[in-house]
Amino acid sequence: MAKGPGKPLLALTWPDIMPIMSDQILGPPTAAADVTVGEGVPRPRLQIVPVKGLPIVGVVLLGLVWSIATNSRWGLDFYHVAGGALWTGIDLFVGLVIGPILGRLSLPSRAEFAAKFMPMMVIIMPTLVIMTLASGFQLAVEIGNMAPASPNHAWLVASYVVVGVMATIALGILEPANIAVLFEMRRPHPDGAIIGRLMRRFVYTAGVTGLMQVATLVIMTRVATQ
Amino acid sequence: MTNGQLRTSSEISALRFPPVAELGTLSLALVITGGIVMVSTMYPSPTLALPVALLVVSAALLITNIVLMSRVKVFNWQTFSLVGRWALLSYAISAGMIEFAFLHNHVGGSALVVLTLMLMMFMLNVPLIIGFTAARYQTRI
Repeated sequence: MAKGPGKPLLALTWPDIMPIMSDQILGPPTAAADVTVGEGVPRPRLQIVPVKGLPIVGVVLLGLVWSIATNSRWGLDFYHVAGGALWTGIDLFVGLVIGPILGRLSLPSRAEFAAKFMPMMVIIMPTLVIMTLASGFQLAVEIGNMAPASPNHAWLVASYVVVGVMATIALGILEPANIAVLFEMRRPHPDGAIIGRLMRRFVYTAGVTGLMQVATLVIMTRVATQ
Repeated sequence: MTNGQLRTSSEISALRFPPVAELGTLSLALVITGGIVMVSTMYPSPTLALPVALLVVSAALLITNIVLMSRVKVFNWQTFSLVGRWALLSYAISAGMIEFAFLHNHVGGSALVVLTLMLMMFMLNVPLIIGFTAARYQTRI
C-alpha cells in the first residue's frame, strides 16, 4: 500500500494509531514521538472530509434556504429546534458521556473510535450550526423578538453572546486542531506529540463549551415560554 | 532532521512561527462582537460606530497576519493552499447564507455594507486559521 505524502487519503494501521492516541490521552508529549508504520497489516482509510456526506449537507442547506425564502414557519421551527437540539445534545453528550467513557476504554478502542468519529464531526457540526443560526435569526425576525420592546430581546442578546463565545472557540481553536490532527494521522509516520498537543485544546475548552451549551438551554427554554 | 522529511515535534517546536492563529482568532472575535452589537440593535436602526471600529481593528489584524505570513521562510504552503482553498469555499457558503438572511430581511444601506464586510472578515479569517494550523505542523525542511 502506498504511503507517500502525495497520496490524497492515507490510512493507518491500529498499531500505528495506538501510540498516538496513548500519547494524547495518557501522557505528556515526548521529544521523539514519531511512530513507525507497521508492514503487511491492512490499513483502514482515513478521510478528512467524508465525501459521501456532502450531498446530504447540500440537501439540508437547500431546505434551509427554502425555509428562509418562503418564511415557512414550520420549516424555520424545524431547522432551529432540530438543529439546536442536535448541536447542544451532541456537544454535551460527547463532553459529558462519550469523553469519560473513552477515557476508560482500551487504547485500540479509543484510537479506532477517534479515527472514525473526528472526520464525521468535520461535516456534522458546521452544518448543525448554520442550520440553527440562520433559521433562528429568521424566526426571531418573524416572531418579533428582534424588536427592543420584546420581552425576549434581552434573552436573545444573551444568546448572541453565548453563540459568539462558542463560535470563537469552535472556529478559532477546535476546528483548526481537528483538521491538523487528521492531517497528522494521514502521515506515514504520525507524530504522537503533535497530536497530543493539538488534542489538549479539546480538554481545555470542554468546560467553557459545556457551560455555554447549558446557558443556551436555559435561554431558549425561557424564550420559548415567555 | 532529514532533508525532505517532515519535521518531528521537537523540530517543529524549535521553528518560530508568527502568532497567525492567535491574531486570526482575535480578529475573528472582534467581528463576531461587532456582529452581536449590530444584530442586537438592528431594529429600528443598528448602532454603527462600535462595529465599524471593531471591523477596522479586525481588518488591521488580518493585514498584519498576511504580512507576517509572507515573511515566513520555512512553511508548507502546499498544505496551507489545499486546506485554505476548501475551507474558503465552505465558509463562503456559510457567509453567503447569512448574507442571504440579511438581504431577505431588507437590511440595506450602511448597515448592510458593514455586515457584509464583517462577513468577509469571517470568511477570510477562518480558512486562514485552519490552513495555517494544519500547514505549520506539516512543514517540510
